[in-house]
Amino acid sequence: MALLSVTNLGISFGGLRAVDGFNLTIEEGELYGLIGPNGAGKTTVFNMLTGIYKPTDGKIHLAGKDITGGHTAEINKAGIARTFQNIRLFGDQSVKDNVKIGLHNTFEYGTFTGVFRLPKYFSTEKEMDKKALEILAVFGLDEEADVLASNLPYGKQRQLEIARALATNPKLLLLDEPAAGMNPNETADLMNTIALIRKEFGVTILLIEHDMKLVSGICEKLTVLNFGRVLAAGETSAVLNDPEVIKAYLGE
Amino acid sequence: MKNLNKSTQKLITTILTIFVLYIVMQVMEQTGNLSSLMSGLLVPVCAYSLVAVGLNLCVGYLGELSLGHAGFMCVGAFTSAFFSKTFQGTIPDVPRFILALVIGTLAAALFGFLIAIPVLRLSGDYLAIVTLAFGEIIKNVINVLYIGMDGNGIHFSMKDMMSLGLEPGGTMLINGPQGITGTPRQSTFTIAVLLLILSLIITHNFVNSRTGRAVKAIRDNQIAAETVGLPITKYKLVAFTISAAIAGVGGVLYAHNINSLTATTNNFGYNMSIMILVYVVLGGIGNFSGSVVAAVVLTLLPELLRGLSNYRMLIYSIVLIALMLFNWAPGILKFREEHGLTGAAIIGKFKKNKEVQ
Repeated sequence: MALLSVTNLGISFGGLRAVDGFNLTIEEGELYGLIGPNGAGKTTVFNMLTGIYKPTDGKIHLAGKDITGGHTAEINKAGIARTFQNIRLFGDQSVKDNVKIGLHNTFEYGTFTGVFRLPKYFSTEKEMDKKALEILAVFGLDEEADVLASNLPYGKQRQLEIARALATNPKLLLLDEPAAGMNPNETADLMNTIALIRKEFGVTILLIEHDMKLVSGICEKLTVLNFGRVLAAGETSAVLNDPEVIKAYLGE
Repeated sequence: MKNLNKSTQKLITTILTIFVLYIVMQVMEQTGNLSSLMSGLLVPVCAYSLVAVGLNLCVGYLGELSLGHAGFMCVGAFTSAFFSKTFQGTIPDVPRFILALVIGTLAAALFGFLIAIPVLRLSGDYLAIVTLAFGEIIKNVINVLYIGMDGNGIHFSMKDMMSLGLEPGGTMLINGPQGITGTPRQSTFTIAVLLLILSLIITHNFVNSRTGRAVKAIRDNQIAAETVGLPITKYKLVAFTISAAIAGVGGVLYAHNINSLTATTNNFGYNMSIMILVYVVLGGIGNFSGSVVAAVVLTLLPELLRGLSNYRMLIYSIVLIALMLFNWAPGILKFREEHGLTGAAIIGKFKKNKEVQ
């Protein structure tokens, strides 16, 4: 059974049909790319998958469970985590705390325990610190654990956002333009990081990207969106050589 | 103290400072060096500080502007005073005051919770307006409440005193605009300081706990907080309720410090809500110790300036503006940073001197 299966997904904003008849099937462990020109509706698809937008029609199933139109927090608990095109960190909190917020639903103690510092507070916080530092170490961010998130350089902010998403222990990770604004060196680093987290966390990844080098380098399958509709889908090399796709990207 | 983090160190410093001030005030009062005006202000200062700490939790950590915290203070004041007055003859002093404290706090928390359910769907200006209206409604409802007690039990009316039909020996508990008179004056300076310290510890622990982190995450970026699985509404409710409860404690202290408790614009109306917001903003949003300092300074200032008679409020306003510039103006902040005049730098110097000795 596919990990994610999306059938006939569509959304309208007033008279504008932003996404129409969108289909997508992702098997467990795949690294899947979603590409398309600007304004094609890629981020809108992500927003529907994570419950930020409620789709007008269509169905989304995660590991066989219907999550269509569910609440964002519930969808995260079901197993989808994401990053954002315009980075959304908790800027006024430390790098470690950002990851600990991602661990919120894994390690639990109540408000009362926290306010009155019962023994469970100390033991759970200690475990959370340990786990958070483990995750940060994968990204080489453990040295900066106590730095304010907003003070990190741009590339590291992107990595922290991925670390925070992984802390929620997702089955499927959605990356929205992870290489946006990065130089070629940083992009190469990012490709290594993505390969590393697939290995370390065993997570399935769906990513939106414009950087063709990154897409052709790491994605196994692609879906191309254009004007809210699927233009092509399949193995990466086949899709990238499709004349329709070349036309949409480069013009005639 | 080395392995404690910054915010814990700051909390300890604040508590020690409050304790030292408390000793100084006690000594001055015992030796007769404190004017009656000043000694009368000791408990209200603590009460206002408490409400400011409560509001700071809402403004600084939940990131929502409430203009109704005088309303929660009012709920705490009237429920606890009502309880104390009703059971004045039946329950001994100490347990009655403790119960009054619990009841006042819980009532304010309950109101906070009920108001928060509809209000937290709004944000920004709208939330401010709705909470402002709530504060006014509470105050006005209390002004038309008539409750009396006689041999037959409790009588209630929202019309006037006559319509209660009290027996000759009955007592009025709440008498409309005249409020509650003859509440036992049990708020001592010691209790007030203890409650203030307790509230500082509770708020500090709260914002550094799992729940507190979630509340801050929601403030920093609500959409991101949702996508990492935080139940937004739940944590907003928790923070707002705790904030209201702390304001309620301030109300209990305030009510048990005066003979006649009335709900007027000056003590529980928007004037007070704005005043408390001024304490919070001036003391630093998100800085609980700062709220206490601002509340103390700004409550004492008008009294100390009394000698200037008509110019008093003028000077007061100028001081407010000057303090605001000192705390927030970017140019002055830069100047302070360059010349080592920030709070952190001053504390740092102080510590170094100590180590040298």
